[in-house]
Amino acid sequence: MAGIDFRYKDVWALRDISFDVRRGEFLGIIGPNGSGKTTLIRLIDGILVPEKGRISVNGNNIRGMRRRDLARLIAVVPQDSAMIFPFSALEVVMMGRSPHLEMLRFEGERDFEIARRAMEVTETISLANRSIDRLSGGERQRVLIARALAQEPEVVLLDESTAFLDIKHQAAFFGLMKGLNEGKGLTVLAATHDINLAAAYCDRIMLLKDGRIHSLGVPGDVITESNISEVYETDVLVDANPLNGLPRITLIASKEKGICSL
Amino acid sequence: MKRSVFISPSKVGWVSAVLVGLFVIVAAVAILTGPAGISVVSVAKGLFFGWREGFDTLGPGEKTILFSIRLPRIIFAGIVGAALSTAGVVFQALLRNPLADPYILGVSGGSAVGAITGIIIGAGCVPFGIPALAFLGAVLTVALVFIIGNREGRLDSNTLLLAGVIVNAFFSAVIMFFISISSNADLHNIAFWLMGDMSLADWDKIMLMALLLAIGAVVVYCYARPLNLIVAGEETAMQLGVDVKRTKMVLFLSGSLMTAIAVSFTGIIGFVGLVIPHMMRMALGTDHRLLLPASLLFGASFLVVADTIARVIFPDMELPVGVITALCGAPYFIYLLRTRRM
Repeated sequence: MAGIDFRYKDVWALRDISFDVRRGEFLGIIGPNGSGKTTLIRLIDGILVPEKGRISVNGNNIRGMRRRDLARLIAVVPQDSAMIFPFSALEVVMMGRSPHLEMLRFEGERDFEIARRAMEVTETISLANRSIDRLSGGERQRVLIARALAQEPEVVLLDESTAFLDIKHQAAFFGLMKGLNEGKGLTVLAATHDINLAAAYCDRIMLLKDGRIHSLGVPGDVITESNISEVYETDVLVDANPLNGLPRITLIASKEKGICSL
Repeated sequence: MKRSVFISPSKVGWVSAVLVGLFVIVAAVAILTGPAGISVVSVAKGLFFGWREGFDTLGPGEKTILFSIRLPRIIFAGIVGAALSTAGVVFQALLRNPLADPYILGVSGGSAVGAITGIIIGAGCVPFGIPALAFLGAVLTVALVFIIGNREGRLDSNTLLLAGVIVNAFFSAVIMFFISISSNADLHNIAFWLMGDMSLADWDKIMLMALLLAIGAVVVYCYARPLNLIVAGEETAMQLGVDVKRTKMVLFLSGSLMTAIAVSFTGIIGFVGLVIPHMMRMALGTDHRLLLPASLLFGASFLVVADTIARVIFPDMELPVGVITALCGAPYFIYLLRTRRM
C-alpha cells in the first residue's frame, strides 16, 4: 500500500501510511487505542475507502474490485461476532464459501469438503451443530478462523481477534495462525494490543502512533524501551525473553499516577 | 459431521412440498366450512371428485358459494398471509431485530391514513379506490422513512427503525383525528379496515396480488444467501463479499412493497408477520433459503385458518381477521418469549 491518508469527517485517522507486505509474511500492527490499527484493517479490507493513495494486492488496486472478488483474496477474523439469530457453527463456516458461489447457487460437495477441512484444522468439527452463541469465546474465535479459511484467501486480517480471550486461548489462537502462515503460506496481518504476543509470533511489527507509522521492522528493532515508552506514554521495561531471546515488555507500575493516589 | 445436516436444494424442496400439502388440506377444510348450511359430504364429493364433469353434481347456489365466495377468499387470505410472513422475515433479518414486523417502517400507519381518507371521501364507489389510496399512503410513508434513514448514501438500520416508529406514532394521531370527526357509518368501515377486512376478495384483486407477490418472492429469494450474511452483521457481510448497500436497498423496497400491497387490499392484520417467521426459525433454523419459502407457505396456511375462524365463529356476523390473529398471536408470542431464546 502506498501513501494512504484517511479521515473520518474532519479527524485524520491515518496520515501518509506506506508499506509493503511480502507474500507469506506475518505482520503485527500495534499501537495505543485510537492510533489507527482498526482503521488500517478496515481500509485494507475495502470497508473504508482512503482519501488518497492506493491499496494493492498482487498489484491490483482493491478499489476497482468487486466485493466478491476481494472476499476471495482477503478474509477477516473479527474481535467478536455477536449473532442475534442462532446460526450453527457449520452454517457460520459455510458462510465463508459465499464469495465463491453465484446467486441462488447452493453449496456443493466441494464447498462442504473445504469447510470440513477448515474445521478440522481449527478443531471445530465437534462444534458443527452447536449454536454459535452457545460457544465459549475461544471456540467461537476458532469457528471464525475456520470461516476465514473456508474463503480460501491469500491474506487474513486479524482485527484484535484475541481481545476477549484468556492467555491460554490467546496463545492457541496465535499458534494456530502461525501454523497456517507457515504451513499454507497465508499472509497474516494482525492488529493487536498484546505486544508480547506480537513479538513472539510476528515476522515484522508496525508501531502506529497518531495515525502514522512510528516504526516498522523485526520485533527486536521495534519493541524497544524508548519506542514503547514514547508511543504508549507509559514506562516499560523491555528485556529478552529467556526462552527465545525475543523482546519482552513489562509494565512498570507508576505509583504517583496510580489509583491509590486518588 | 454429515453433509445432510446442512441445507441443500432437496431439503428446501421437501419442506416446501410438505407445507404446500398443509396449505391444500387447510384450504380444503376452509372451503367446506361456512355458515351457509351446505351439506359438507355432498359438497366435498362434488368438489373433490366432480372436476371432470365441470362440478355438475353441485347445485348452482353451492357453486356460487364455493367458487365465487369461499374460494377467492381463501386464496386471498393465503396471498396476504404469504406476503406478510415473507416481509416479516425480511425485516427481521435486515434490521437484525427479532421484534421487527412488516409494519415497522411505517407502512401500516401510512396506508391506514390513505384508506381512511378514502373511506371518508367516499372513494369506495370507484373500483380499487380505497386500495389505491392506501397503497399511495404506504408508498409515500416508506419513501419518507427512507429519506430520514438515509445517511450519506447508506441506509442505517437503527435510524430507519426509529423513523418508522415515529412516523407510525404520528399517523396514529392522524387516524384518531379522522375517527373523531367521522360519521357513524364510516366508523364501522374504518374499524374493520384497521383490524383487517377480508370480505372484499374478488378474482381481479387476486390476480393482481398473486402477480405482485410472485415477483416480490422471487426477488427476495435471490437475496436469500446474502440475507444470511447480513444477519451475521453488515460488516461481516461485506467481508464475505456481499454488496450490502444494494442488497439492503432491494430488500427493504421489496419487503415494503409486498407489505403495502397486502395492507392496501385488506387493512392492517397484525402478528402474522411477527409470529410466523419466529415459528419457522425455531422449527427450521436461520438459513433464509429455507426460512423464506417455509414462512411464505406456512403464513398462507395460518391466515386461511384465522380467516375461516373469523368467518364462522359467530353466526350471522363476521369478525375482522386481525382480531383472530392478535388473539392467537400475542399469547403464542408471550409463550415463545418465556420458554425459548429468540
